[in-house]
Amino acid sequence: MMEIGLGHYLTLSAILLTLGIFGIFLNRKNVIVILMSIELILLSVNINLVAFSAFLNDLVGQVFALFILTVAAGEAAIGLAILVVYFRNRGTIAVEDIHHMKG
Amino acid sequence: MIIATLAFYLFAALTVASAFMVIASKNPVHSVLFLILAFFNSAALFLLLGAEFIAMILVVVYVGAVAVLFLFVVMMLDINFAELRQGFLQYLPIGALIGFILLVELILVVGGWQLSPDALQIGTAPTANMGDLTNTEQIGGLLYTQYVYLFQAAGMILLVSMIGAIVLTHRQRPGVKKQVIADQVYRRPEDSMQVRKVEPGQGV
Repeated sequence: MMEIGLGHYLTLSAILLTLGIFGIFLNRKNVIVILMSIELILLSVNINLVAFSAFLNDLVGQVFALFILTVAAGEAAIGLAILVVYFRNRGTIAVEDIHHMKG
Repeated sequence: MIIATLAFYLFAALTVASAFMVIASKNPVHSVLFLILAFFNSAALFLLLGAEFIAMILVVVYVGAVAVLFLFVVMMLDINFAELRQGFLQYLPIGALIGFILLVELILVVGGWQLSPDALQIGTAPTANMGDLTNTEQIGGLLYTQYVYLFQAAGMILLVSMIGAIVLTHRQRPGVKKQVIADQVYRRPEDSMQVRKVEPGQGV
């Protein structure tokens, strides 16, 4: 128990992923919190990659964590831009009001 | 060793607690601030793992850019957040059930993970010994040689997302008066001045 191994980091990342998915269920009306939950999920993926990278002495995991960071930043920017435009046009961001495409 | 263990438990507990507050707090501004705290603690965990570059990039990119972007949008949009929280308790049981099942499955699968001794030999880019090269130098050596095409692709993704965000949010507003320097420069005295012959005692 005293020695921190790979299992500890993997468990932490599993808890973070679960909290992210739980957040999507819990705040299913609020798009902003859903986007934040997605950021939490991506953070847990990053923790997984960096933990494997450290315990396997292989740097590729950290390189791919960088790429995931890039994609997460782009995703947040585009998502928030869509949110701002939607709010400007419709005056609301509640998820159940977004049904124009009948999807 | 015991300090590293204690530090891991401290940062991990703070990460989990702030991640829980992100999804549970009533005010989205508090959610964003707890997200920042979660990212800071994860950066500390990455430092414990020896990944200094990722830790610093996490602080700079997430706390400096993404979280501030979230904060900006939350404060800019005038939304009744209390209305959005209705049904919170309605979705709680099913969400908690699914989350609990997922968590138990994940912990059963990955919690007892043991590395095979052979796994240490199959790495494609082994880390150098401590003291030879810093973490940042090693990542740079790998990123600019073996993964240079992926690096360029990441740059293209950022460019596309930047252009996309600008195109989405930019709007032409009619009726806004702007200064046009060229019109001012091309203005001639004949266009704007007249010489009038004023009769005495009559005015213009």
